[in-house]
Amino acid sequence: MLSKEELIRYNRQIILPDFGIEGQEKLKNSSVLVIGAGGLGAPNLLYLTAAGVGRIGIIDFDEVNLSNLHRQVLFDSNEIGEQKANAASRRLTQLNTEVDIEVFNEPITSANALETIGKFDLVVDGSDNLPTRYLVNDACYFLKKTLIYGAIFRFEGQVSVFNYRGGPNYRDVFPTPPPPDMVPSCSEGGVLGVLPGIIGSMQCNEAIKVITGIGTPLSGKLLLFDALDMSTRTLNIKSSEDNPLSGSNPTVKELIDYETFCAGVDKPDLATKEISVVDLKELMSKKTIHILDVREDYEYDIANIGGQLIPLNQVVERQSEIPRDREVVVMCKAGGRSQSAIDILENEGFDNLINLKGGILAWQKEIDSTLEVY
Amino acid sequence: MEIEVVAFGIAKDIIKGKQVSISLSDNFTVGEARKKLSEQYPDFSKLTSLRFAVNADYVQDDYVLNPKDEVVLIPPVSGG
Repeated sequence: MLSKEELIRYNRQIILPDFGIEGQEKLKNSSVLVIGAGGLGAPNLLYLTAAGVGRIGIIDFDEVNLSNLHRQVLFDSNEIGEQKANAASRRLTQLNTEVDIEVFNEPITSANALETIGKFDLVVDGSDNLPTRYLVNDACYFLKKTLIYGAIFRFEGQVSVFNYRGGPNYRDVFPTPPPPDMVPSCSEGGVLGVLPGIIGSMQCNEAIKVITGIGTPLSGKLLLFDALDMSTRTLNIKSSEDNPLSGSNPTVKELIDYETFCAGVDKPDLATKEISVVDLKELMSKKTIHILDVREDYEYDIANIGGQLIPLNQVVERQSEIPRDREVVVMCKAGGRSQSAIDILENEGFDNLINLKGGILAWQKEIDSTLEVY
Repeated sequence: MEIEVVAFGIAKDIIKGKQVSISLSDNFTVGEARKKLSEQYPDFSKLTSLRFAVNADYVQDDYVLNPKDEVVLIPPVSGG
């Protein structure tokens, strides 16, 4: 039964054709887990809470930082440094005290995914990396939970509803992950602040449809959106016989180690050498190491570890400035651009380059937390 | 025949734009188009998980292309 206050609060959607009190009660009796309180998580959490979903789970291990705020509109400047899930919970409770918010200040992993997801009716994926996306997909498949998928890149987004009444899942769309350095994250590739607002709102729309039973969910379809020309395409996807999870001859029968799965065993350049920030730090304490930093000038100004600065798009013309007679550690923000620089320079005959895994972000996290994160 | 190719995500970076037309022999399959694209743009050989749609449908590599088909390149996207 809805209270008088609830009937007023939700009046504008209760009076909608096909929605009614029944739709509102379905929302109230439902529970949704939102994976990641980031760019996509923000609009999902805000609208699910405003719409009156009974119980909402937030799982995120991360803290709010300054470079989140242009898109993660759930947080304000005073919350920098605070656990995202805690800050989100406070904001959402202010928005709607009727909603029961459950906080998980931890990463979602193969160890806790089934238990955590098992507590909810529906899952919204707002994660920011491929291992988590495969993990969440597989866990939802095993638990027979519908998964509302959304992902963003620069000015573009993808939306779908997976595992809806036996429909296709993420592995039907992308059976295998790409080599790790081929798909930039938001921190590496950039993202327009409003984009996750658009894509996350589309996800939330699907979540509300699935819960209330109105309309037709985006199951069996992948929506592609490009904010630059405002084009959308809706592609038909099918359940594949070859799907290793849900096909006719499944090979994935339980949750696996998704970091290893996405690290790619058959990476094309096996010759590429890598070093971790911890090993580099250790090496630097013993001898002088030449570090080549291929980020942009303004990034270097925010935080650097004293490397030689040559932005990626200048490495070919300025290659004479880079030593060839000793090992050079190449770094960028997260490890993607430095790998590109190594590929380019190896074509120019360099054979002494080592990639710094995780870039300055890893350095900031594991070696020197006084550096600014951006 | 000339086939229009429309790119999304990181595939846009590889073809340096949103759209490109490639010429293929008649009765080329999507698999052969993938090979042709990789010759023209070597970075595609690294993007192993790139998926293809033709017009509005996801297709497998054995799909035979027709002259008026529009091929859509869909790479995985991870951001959130």
